[in-house]
Amino acid sequence: MALEVEGLKVHYRTVKGDVRALDGVSFSLEDGEIVGLAGESGCGKTTLGKSLIRLDGRMRHMGGTAVLDGTELPIGDDRAMNAHRWKEVSIIPQYSMSALNPTRKIGKMTAELLRSRGKSYRELKDELVRRLELVGLSEKVLDNYPIELSGGMKQRVVMVLSTLLDPSLLIADEVTSALDVTNQKAVAETLVRFRDMGFVKSMIVVTHDLSLVYQIADTIMVMYAGQIVEKASAETIIKSPKHPYTKALIGALPEVGLEYGDERLKSIPGKPPHLLNPPTGCRFRDRCPLASEECETEPPKVAVEAGHEVSCWKAVD
Amino acid sequence: MLELRNVWKSYRVGALGSKRLTAVRDVSIDIAPGEVLSVVGESGSGKTTIGKMVLQLTSVTRGSILLDGADVTARGHAQRKAYYRKVQGVFQDPFSSYNPIFKADRIFETVRESYFPEVKRAAWNARVEEVLQGVRLDPGSVLNKYPHQLSGGQLQRMLIARALLLDIQVLVADEIISMLDASTRIDVLNLLGELKERGLGVLFITHDLSLANYISERVVIMRHGAVVETGLTGKVFTDPQHPYSRNLLASVPQLHRKWSDSETEPEELEPDGDREVPPPPLTEVTEHHWVAARS
Repeated sequence: MALEVEGLKVHYRTVKGDVRALDGVSFSLEDGEIVGLAGESGCGKTTLGKSLIRLDGRMRHMGGTAVLDGTELPIGDDRAMNAHRWKEVSIIPQYSMSALNPTRKIGKMTAELLRSRGKSYRELKDELVRRLELVGLSEKVLDNYPIELSGGMKQRVVMVLSTLLDPSLLIADEVTSALDVTNQKAVAETLVRFRDMGFVKSMIVVTHDLSLVYQIADTIMVMYAGQIVEKASAETIIKSPKHPYTKALIGALPEVGLEYGDERLKSIPGKPPHLLNPPTGCRFRDRCPLASEECETEPPKVAVEAGHEVSCWKAVD
Repeated sequence: MLELRNVWKSYRVGALGSKRLTAVRDVSIDIAPGEVLSVVGESGSGKTTIGKMVLQLTSVTRGSILLDGADVTARGHAQRKAYYRKVQGVFQDPFSSYNPIFKADRIFETVRESYFPEVKRAAWNARVEEVLQGVRLDPGSVLNKYPHQLSGGQLQRMLIARALLLDIQVLVADEIISMLDASTRIDVLNLLGELKERGLGVLFITHDLSLANYISERVVIMRHGAVVETGLTGKVFTDPQHPYSRNLLASVPQLHRKWSDSETEPEELEPDGDREVPPPPLTEVTEHHWVAARS
């Protein structure tokens, strides 16, 4: 078991009160597993990714634990987390194209980064060059400024840097959303290759694009309003989803081959609840076509079959 | 209705404009009323430049753009204003399309100020509510709100409503749903379908082939500023002739097919060459399906 998260709660402090971005999230990750985390904007998926590596100033750890390889991560303590960052937990941030220092050449920036972690650039340089070549970049990029590289190249540089110290857990936050389809595929396949080559042990891929995450993930978790509503293998989530939200999300995806006219795609009516004061019971209730009285109480977490968990009253029978 | 004839566009780039970058090369396309035409391509293929030229946000280097047979290049403010009565655009990021200081419905007020100053307020408000209902928005829930209080899908539909206040013929939609959530993007997409049924011509610029396939009858695939393949959507997507189109289609993530299942490797493509020379000519392979010649 690489990662075990139990009852994680993270709130955002605002003047109006606490926004409960993560409200009791529990899941686990096997060694070598790629988990896709999907959901709409504002469902807490980025917060979940971030909370495992660095809570920013507005975020408060309100409870719950994260255990990585047997040691508990001090996620509430910014300074204590420093020892774990990059070496054990690493992240490819959402806007990684702007994550590079524009005033430094890539090589110099890397050296400074490594020095701050007490590592020697000279010792690691061969490995760095080897990995850059693996993603199709030449050693020459180390002498380039970020502005001289294209978006796809910068993305690949950041991917190599994030995984240079062989972290146990990698969080890839919307790494493909700013790229076009050809680059998207290359980047997504590189993530899988990094796992296969052992650069990272397990991975959480945060994305709003279900069809992309289906291509690379072993398991998919669907989040809604700060909670995980369904978790199953990628195949199961797409082929036989149980939660009405997952079904609606898949029903809203245009596929090549479908045309306007013959079969109109349907959107999900309404919008997610505000997490300042989340509703009791099932949070999808207001938008759910199946909602009934029992949905006013907290839905149970049902194991439909091994590895397939759904939080929904309608999955009970 | 709207026609681009052999349009070229070069930008001056580098220090003091020392270099030239040719972004669009010899592109000829046309849009009929009641039609959605998709322009698809990777970043840097010139698809956004085409939209900008149609909206006269940037000049045309060579060639011409015609609306109902007349050159659209405006001379002076009055002509430009008259043109924008007929052609409007909506862009990718709904949040930066609005001024965050003002309420979002100010976009309707500015239309009244510049185009319909004679319309009485009550009559105008009725008209605004009518177009809002036309884009499936509840006027009560979007009027009198600030941009941050509305969702991306609502903001994007309000921008479309604003364009509809002006009895337009052509709407340029540049990546209008790529920033929206899966659950709301379909609303905006279906709205484009309804607009087309009402007789509007839509230039739909996107990098997402599945969206292009869903909404448009005809598609133009661009690479390095030139058209590589064009024709009826059904023909281009079921039988792509150009290796670039095939690569593009193979990389679209889909739910019924995994990348790892397909045996085919991406095909070798010609590198970006001299962009000043005319691109390879298009030849008609079957009826309503053209593809660029390869050397």
